[in-house]
Amino acid sequence: MSPEPMTLVEQIISHAAGQPARAGDLVIVPVHRCMTHDSLTPEVIDALENDLGVTQIQDPERVAVIVDHVAPASSVATANAQARVRRWVRAQGISRFYDVGAGICHQIMVEEGLVQPGEIALGTDSHATAYGAIGALGTGVGTRDMALALASGHTWLRVPETLRVRLQGRFRRGVGAKDLSLHLCGLLGLDGATYQAVEFHGGDWLTLDERLTLTGMTTELGAKAGLVPPTGVVAEGLAVPDWLAVQEGATYARTLDVDLDALAPLVAIPPEVDHVMAAAELADVAVDQVFIGTCTNGRLSDLQIAAEILAGHKVAAGVRLLVIPASHRILQQATEDGTLATLLRAGATMGTPGCGPCIGRHLGVMGAGEVALSTANRNFRGRMGDPDARIYLASPAVAAASALTGHITDPSEV
Amino acid sequence: MARVWLFGDNIDTDQIVPGRYAPYMTSEAELGKYPFIEARPEFAPAVQPGDIIVAGSNFGCGSSREYAPRALVAAGIAAIVAPSYARIFFRNALNLGLPLFEADLTQRLQDGDAVTLDVERGTIVRGAETIQLPAPPAWVARVWRAGGMVAYYRQHGAFPLEVGQP
Repeated sequence: MSPEPMTLVEQIISHAAGQPARAGDLVIVPVHRCMTHDSLTPEVIDALENDLGVTQIQDPERVAVIVDHVAPASSVATANAQARVRRWVRAQGISRFYDVGAGICHQIMVEEGLVQPGEIALGTDSHATAYGAIGALGTGVGTRDMALALASGHTWLRVPETLRVRLQGRFRRGVGAKDLSLHLCGLLGLDGATYQAVEFHGGDWLTLDERLTLTGMTTELGAKAGLVPPTGVVAEGLAVPDWLAVQEGATYARTLDVDLDALAPLVAIPPEVDHVMAAAELADVAVDQVFIGTCTNGRLSDLQIAAEILAGHKVAAGVRLLVIPASHRILQQATEDGTLATLLRAGATMGTPGCGPCIGRHLGVMGAGEVALSTANRNFRGRMGDPDARIYLASPAVAAASALTGHITDPSEV
Repeated sequence: MARVWLFGDNIDTDQIVPGRYAPYMTSEAELGKYPFIEARPEFAPAVQPGDIIVAGSNFGCGSSREYAPRALVAAGIAAIVAPSYARIFFRNALNLGLPLFEADLTQRLQDGDAVTLDVERGTIVRGAETIQLPAPPAWVARVWRAGGMVAYYRQHGAFPLEVGQP
């Protein structure tokens, strides 16, 4: 290993490549983990069989297949596609298969320990950057990149430069990781970290849930990877390789300092994630559907934050509040600790753990002229349904407060 | 002659093919009908094989969905020219053999312009004017010639040589 200090992604890629790798280098590396989901596995199978002529993947032990994007199936087409995925999984000998209701792929990967600190993991989903929450290099790829990785056990990577975000202070009450992510989107723009990795320093105290939100959202900056150094709860819970740690003197393309004490609850305005305003300035926006869920903000702490705000109150007349836990385990935990009962008493309705209406396919698709306030990660035109529906993105706290009032609301006002 | 289709900045994959028009939700056979079905409904019925897209920065941002560039290929798009691309879109296009040139021609070419593209030479000719596009790295050009990274891998049993030589 080179004595020159390295960024976290340089360390991970160097370790995997068996030689020092620096930002800008092109390298071929083994892929430790592959994740594909129901939506794109059929295309992966096509690419393997038709384009690569591969009938048996290289190492089924490294592969996880998760049914979450349309779960349960919403149509004959998706049911048939899922049946094909199940047959393929059995034929390939893939034991890590998570069917309808298990939860969202990225949540499952981390919750089930299917990805570990220091590993390189590819997912056929852009939010695979979330594996950086536990100190892995997770990155999204398309179906042919996945097919190549499944066939060869390897992928090629350009070693990314790193944008360092230094955190100071702590989140104020009503402010959380999602607000920090939206703040960065507003500051840097949709391509603010394209081809780069984002490292979050100064957040040893961050919870795993907060780390997952932050790293998953780095893809909205165009990033290849987003990592929180595997300290704190991650170091306590997982085996962190001794070679993986922030190194003094590593080279960063850019450093950004963020004062968390100064952050306010934020909202991304449709149709772009980087068009960000304070929730308090958007009180004139009435909402039709509030959606709390997704790989960004569907975890237990997110549901608890919403329940705390909604406890003893009722959702405003005319507002549909949809809650979809990110996994079955979270659903169970929220049931056992009373969070779910609080949400239901307030008027929430539930969906099967999975992606829900985030991609506009089922379980809460939006109609023309309707307004969604969602804790998801994208508000592009047509994302959640009709192109004339408008999608605002915010934290679970803003979502819950807005469900109470019927318009976009800063949680400090309820 | 090829037609220029002009687009702005940050063209996201939800605009290129909305998630509910994915092959998963519809069928592979229909994919060529769906590019820009809602963002620009006149595109798919009118696009001709060999046409090119000229766009602003960060083309293809958002989802990892490969069916977005694949739908453009299915519709006949021969190349895209934009100052920058989202990283997954860049890889997907390379895997499919869809040439992406990095240049900003949004002020120079207009929507509907009739042009001739020469991928090998990296030129776009409009009337008497020849626009020279920046050459891709040699290994990228080889991948394009092979018909994409998947085709290259199948032919050679390996990724291109320069990749892996730091």
